[in-house]
Amino acid sequence: MSVLIYAENAAGKFKKSTFEAVSYAKAIADQAGTNLIAISIGNVAADDLAALGKYGAEKVLNVSNDKLKNFVNQAYASVIAEAAKAKGADIVVLSNSFSGRGLAPRIGVKLHAGVADGAVALPVLDGGKFTVKKTAFSGKAFATVELTSANKVIALTPNSYKVVESSAAGQVEDFTVETKESDFKAMIKDIVRSTDKVSLPDAEIVVSAGRGLKGPENWGMVEELAGLLGAATACSKPVSDAGWRPHSEHVGQTGIAVSPNLYIAIGISGAIQHLAGVSSSKVIVVINKDAEAPFFKVADYGIVGDAFEVLPKLIDAVKAYKASA
Amino acid sequence: MMKILVCISNVPDTTTKITFTDNNTQFNTNGVQFILNPWDEIALARAIELTDGGKGTVTVINVGETSTDATIRKALAIGATDAVRINAKPHDAWYVAYQIAEYVKANPFDLILTGKESIDYNGSKIAGMLGELLDLPSVSIIKKLDVDGTTGTVEREIEGGKEVLTIPLPFVAGTAEGVAEPKIPNMRGIMSARTKPLNVVEAVDVKTFSEVISYETPAPRGQVTLVDAGDPAQLLELLHTQARVI
Repeated sequence: MSVLIYAENAAGKFKKSTFEAVSYAKAIADQAGTNLIAISIGNVAADDLAALGKYGAEKVLNVSNDKLKNFVNQAYASVIAEAAKAKGADIVVLSNSFSGRGLAPRIGVKLHAGVADGAVALPVLDGGKFTVKKTAFSGKAFATVELTSANKVIALTPNSYKVVESSAAGQVEDFTVETKESDFKAMIKDIVRSTDKVSLPDAEIVVSAGRGLKGPENWGMVEELAGLLGAATACSKPVSDAGWRPHSEHVGQTGIAVSPNLYIAIGISGAIQHLAGVSSSKVIVVINKDAEAPFFKVADYGIVGDAFEVLPKLIDAVKAYKASA
Repeated sequence: MMKILVCISNVPDTTTKITFTDNNTQFNTNGVQFILNPWDEIALARAIELTDGGKGTVTVINVGETSTDATIRKALAIGATDAVRINAKPHDAWYVAYQIAEYVKANPFDLILTGKESIDYNGSKIAGMLGELLDLPSVSIIKKLDVDGTTGTVEREIEGGKEVLTIPLPFVAGTAEGVAEPKIPNMRGIMSARTKPLNVVEAVDVKTFSEVISYETPAPRGQVTLVDAGDPAQLLELLHTQARVI
């Protein structure tokens, strides 16, 4: 028995959400009194693989195979499930990333495992019951789910578990699996990845704006503030519906849910559907000219003021703050 | 003729304030309006576009009890050709996926769509589980979908970008915003929905792997600390020294 963590990489590099998931899986392995094994698929440098030991991986299985260089959902799921079987892992942990959300259900079926996706806390083992807390109702609530199967798959929400350093061997070994042709029906034609922008689901700080900005031409201020803070940009539903910003930036019940350390909402009134997507944020700042905006009721800090007056001053203040830091 | 299956779920309206009963073990449905899951509406809209003009048929399938019939009729009013309800409580994602997979094994489709997740339990598991159970490719979250002959082209969302994939039919995909605009039923659709076939199928026995034990709502935040609009530097000071987030 052991715990297997799928260490996801983006273009050959591990991300913070991967280190979070490794740290989380290490804590689960400790709870169960067993070892943590990581599996990496694709081309990741040997040093980076070994560095997973720093977050608790005793062993790192390296699957590097030309056919598996890029993410192929079906084939990656097969490889991870085979590794779980080969290493006797009864708990498989992944990040609840876009790829993780494709893998978890397939691995769950292969291993006849209950799947807890969107986990936000460590599992609790109590009197033979294995329960995991996960998001539900699009962030309006949490559900505690019992996994009743012998094998278990858990996908961890990014930004919900801190990266914890520990000292494990991080011993890298090559792992080879027979792949079957039918796992490669989906063919990648193109990958577009912006390297200069912070990805929204992983962002520690999010600067989000709504209709109060009046038009797409005014997003320069939002982007400038986000750039200064190392933040991702986001928006409300009316803004993406109007085509001012892409759908991928829409935060809320029918967009994406985020859980950054800091969420700054500018000119967003705070409809219940938007609040659902941000309720897991650690700190919420609201800037709105309407003092009665519902968003202030769930904010930690607020500025009642016109975005067009407050934002330039805030940008200057951040510049001054950065210069003094 | 392309045959498309759209998996739909019946969920609380997006404006619902979520509360629980029975010592936080049951979702309080009292006074709650149920709707067709918004992401399933996108899947349905795209399926109708792809089969428009006699190019195919769209079947909607739901695992639910009689209480979901109104939502199924709504899907028929929007433009689905026919509907199937597997008569069972949707216990968990595995249970639902298993029921649908059993149906599909006996009644094959060229394309199977789901919403990227349901807005109640937020699993994005059905597409992947169906893919695995049927040994078909699956893409859990897509932003664009086109079909040309026997090949589909999808855009998959990735952190900070997208991936373009081509996949031979049949495959399974979960739709997100961007795939299509949801359609509103017109009067003719509403009238015809009453007479379109809704086949009720009995569920097959299958073990479940998970169970919701309890619910909770997020801890309420304290009183908001207001900062003067003329002095945003004070906000940064608070975020640095008090909240420690910058």
